[in-house]
Amino acid sequence: MNGSYILNLIVIAITSSLVSNVVLSQFLGLCPFLGVSKKVKTASGMGAAVIFVITLSSLVAGVIYKFILTPLHATYLKTIVFILIIAALVQFVELFLKKFVKPLYEALGVYLPLITTNCAVLGVAINNVNYGYDILTGVVNGFATSVGFALAIIILAGIREKMEYNDIPKPFRGMPIVLVTAGLMAIAFCGFAGLI
Amino acid sequence: MKTCLERLYNGLIKENPTFVLTLGMCPTLAVTTSAFNGLGMGLSTMVVLALSNLLISALRKVIPDKVRIPAYIVIVASLVTVVGLLMEAYVPGLYASLGIYIDLIVVNCIILGRAEAYASKNKMLPSLFDGIGMGLGFTVALTLIGMVREFFGNASIFGFTGPEVYGTTIPVLLVEIVNKIFNPDSASAFVRGLNSFFAGEFSSYSPIGILIMAPGAFFVLAILTAIQNAIKMKGEAKGKDMSKIQSGCSSDCLNCSDSGCSHRLIQPDKVVKKAKEPVKEVKEAETVATEEAGKEEK
Repeated sequence: MNGSYILNLIVIAITSSLVSNVVLSQFLGLCPFLGVSKKVKTASGMGAAVIFVITLSSLVAGVIYKFILTPLHATYLKTIVFILIIAALVQFVELFLKKFVKPLYEALGVYLPLITTNCAVLGVAINNVNYGYDILTGVVNGFATSVGFALAIIILAGIREKMEYNDIPKPFRGMPIVLVTAGLMAIAFCGFAGLI
Repeated sequence: MKTCLERLYNGLIKENPTFVLTLGMCPTLAVTTSAFNGLGMGLSTMVVLALSNLLISALRKVIPDKVRIPAYIVIVASLVTVVGLLMEAYVPGLYASLGIYIDLIVVNCIILGRAEAYASKNKMLPSLFDGIGMGLGFTVALTLIGMVREFFGNASIFGFTGPEVYGTTIPVLLVEIVNKIFNPDSASAFVRGLNSFFAGEFSSYSPIGILIMAPGAFFVLAILTAIQNAIKMKGEAKGKDMSKIQSGCSSDCLNCSDSGCSHRLIQPDKVVKKAKEPVKEVKEAETVATEEAGKEEK
């Protein structure tokens, strides 16, 4: 745990949350990004749930990859194993929160089942392995990625709330104008490329 | 055999997964930076889709109803692993440029949607053809979007750069056509004129680079969905049933098979004469979220 390791962590965190934002430049988790971004309140709930699930799942997936798959020389099974882990984990977390941490369940509960097979969750787990991150780096990467997702979805929801009463050309109402907005946000996020 | 051909037509045109149903948007946006990538992604999805439909249809009486989704996911994930390994071995270049999106075929809505809507209820052969048809539709759509983005963003098509395309391929094709219709003299004069036109017109053409970058994907999709909306509004004004045209799936890729996208595909032959609520369709994607917001507030 020396200085360069921590510096590396910071660079990874900035890269995956801002520079190559999970939705706006990698197109992962597009469905909730477009589907649950109508109000800032729901968007922030979704964002929080995604942060929670991705951070936890990158920890669990990292541990299982390192201590079970690698010793067994079964790393090619990672896609199958990861998707099952994530699905099971989300179910488990939901049950656990319902039983023991009521307030958190009330805040996140409804969003948890929605992200079971969100591609962002699986994408982060696979990316961590592909880039050869160790467990801590993987968790930091997962956390930063999901923070980037939450940021993007909350900004989009804010813009959509403002846009509600605008006079938009008829064919562009609904999804198209949201996609144009997302495109403009993606241009803005391109500006972060200068950060690192 | 008739059903098989009907399934192919259905997947390619009538219920094209990208242009009509708007399923599987993550890979559509991510890999269509060039026509070749789009083609590769489409074909690999097609292989997985056809085989998973075949397997799921074969096992439809064995898999208990309650655990069907996990069972489907395991089948699809195994097939994706196989396809990924094969691609890594035989087309490493394409595998590298598609990257993580090959693994993410597992969570592509099209695959689980078709498994749920068609393969789990029908015999093996029609299911196989349903998969091939849907996969072909997806391939054609991705290739077309890739071609448009590559043409405007990189001034090339399938990797051929400007002069090659304008100078040779297109005029040569035209020569053939004109030759067949008119006499050779007018054909060569026509092509000469066309060549000089393209040489003059496109020599100083600088591509719109943003189209092959991330924002361009959103803009292209925005225009596509706007066209969809326009077609839908026109159709509804005439009183046709346009309920198949969707604008994106609901909040989650897996559950869209029973909540948003494909539940109506189960009875494709059921024709509703008149669409009663014209503009509500677009808002469907948001209903999940708003309902939940309502629950929360209570």
